Amino acid sequence: MLNIKCPYCGDRSQKEFAYGGDGTITRPKLNQEISDEEWDNFVYLRKSPRGKHIELWHHIAGCRQWFKVERDTTTHEIFRTFKPEE
Amino acid sequence: MQKYSVFSLIKNAFSNHEKWDLAWKDPTPKKEYDVVIIGGGGHGLATAYYLAKEHQITNVAVIEKGWIGGGNIGRNTTIIRSNFMYDDNARFNEFGMNLWRNMSQELNFNVMFSPRGIINLAHSDAQMNAYARRGNSMRLNGIDAVLLNREEVKKIIPMADFSDDVRYPIFGGLAQPSAGTARHDAVAWGYARQADSMGVDIIQNCEVTGFDIEAGKIIGLRTSRGDIKSKKIGLCVAGSTNVLAEKLNMTLPIETHLLQACVSEPVKPVLDGVVTFGAGHFYISQSDKGEMVMGGDLDGYNSYAQKGNLPTIQHVLTGGVALFPFLSRLKMLRTWGGIMDMSMDGSPIIDKTHIDGLYLNCGWCYGGFKSVPSSGWTFAHTIAQDRVHELNEGFSLNRFSKGYLLDEKGLGTKTWIS
Repeated sequence: MLNIKCPYCGDRSQKEFAYGGDGTITRPKLNQEISDEEWDNFVYLRKSPRGKHIELWHHIAGCRQWFKVERDTTTHEIFRTFKPEE
Repeated sequence: MQKYSVFSLIKNAFSNHEKWDLAWKDPTPKKEYDVVIIGGGGHGLATAYYLAKEHQITNVAVIEKGWIGGGNIGRNTTIIRSNFMYDDNARFNEFGMNLWRNMSQELNFNVMFSPRGIINLAHSDAQMNAYARRGNSMRLNGIDAVLLNREEVKKIIPMADFSDDVRYPIFGGLAQPSAGTARHDAVAWGYARQADSMGVDIIQNCEVTGFDIEAGKIIGLRTSRGDIKSKKIGLCVAGSTNVLAEKLNMTLPIETHLLQACVSEPVKPVLDGVVTFGAGHFYISQSDKGEMVMGGDLDGYNSYAQKGNLPTIQHVLTGGVALFPFLSRLKMLRTWGGIMDMSMDGSPIIDKTHIDGLYLNCGWCYGGFKSVPSSGWTFAHTIAQDRVHELNEGFSLNRFSKGYLLDEKGLGTKTWIS
């Protein structure tokens, strides 16, 4: 069982959270010409590293805020959790 | 190679079974091979076997970081099926069904292929309609599909919960009677033994540390047991695909996730086929030893851990008990996990890459076991002929950017919910 520290609520069990995937992906800017390659990168391509991974989590059964987690994908150690804008 | 038969069994009984030949050798890596396959799992070993048998390329090495059969080929729930809706998936896996049927004879190794059938249960009218559509698509591709109503399902699995007050009543199901199970590690060992006998080097405990690329062409790889030259290299490393892709400066439409499975204590025969719950992610079959073999959801976040987390097992078995209440009385014998190469549309990739001589076989999600023979056969063709076979042309790497997705379940790119 993971224990995740929501930056808004504090330490909670993993059962309160939903996963949101890779947190380093940025959507191409709106109202601009987007190349197929940029769109491909955004929608489909993922690094999925073994080791440190910055990812999005959603405190869905709590404050319902999205935030980011830095976690090791092999040991599941959580290094830090932070607000998306941080 | 020593042929396995009842006669060789009797003969070796006289020497207390101490004089059997080794099933495969333990060679030291040569300096150069015609083809190197990275990954000594089912797909890698099958590829090596078909390279030797179908294409007479025998100067081949299979490089494995651990031991052969220690990855997902020994961790899956052994289900073999071809109940797919899209043509590319259906034809590919139905081709594999024919290879499964002759596998024990072809490999001279009892893989215990048992066509005991699979039923996907439906719990609403909409689901029945979707299954009717999928069943019709399957039949157009020559695959046996039978749409069952509630009463017909009840005859096959009377121990499921058919009472009136359940949350997800069984409306019916889609069956593929020719689907089944097989003994998974025998598949790895059978392919390894035959490939070895034709001259393939199976090199275990050998980790790939880097690649040598010159002018867009692959020329070799570096390993923990020395450098190896090869103009053709095939990647069959399932959940470790992204780790090797990073060494190649490639980013792939793949995420690595953990899937768990579990078995109960052995009980008397109660379930003769494979059943999947349609209202949650849960599937079950009974092994020949009597254990109930069960699996379901991914752990839900990127993971290379090869071991799972309890909340997912609890969630999966909640669905299991809803379907088969008798499961609540059984003790769990063991649980385990394997790391899955989840592709962005749920279908695999068997293709060439932008690097000349580098071939990619990945994206099997949690359905790689059934595709071991068809994947090995088509990947061997792709490597030997340097072009894809018509059976795997739909599994291209660029189908994502081109928009030709094979999204069998239509779940989008959130791989962890599939």
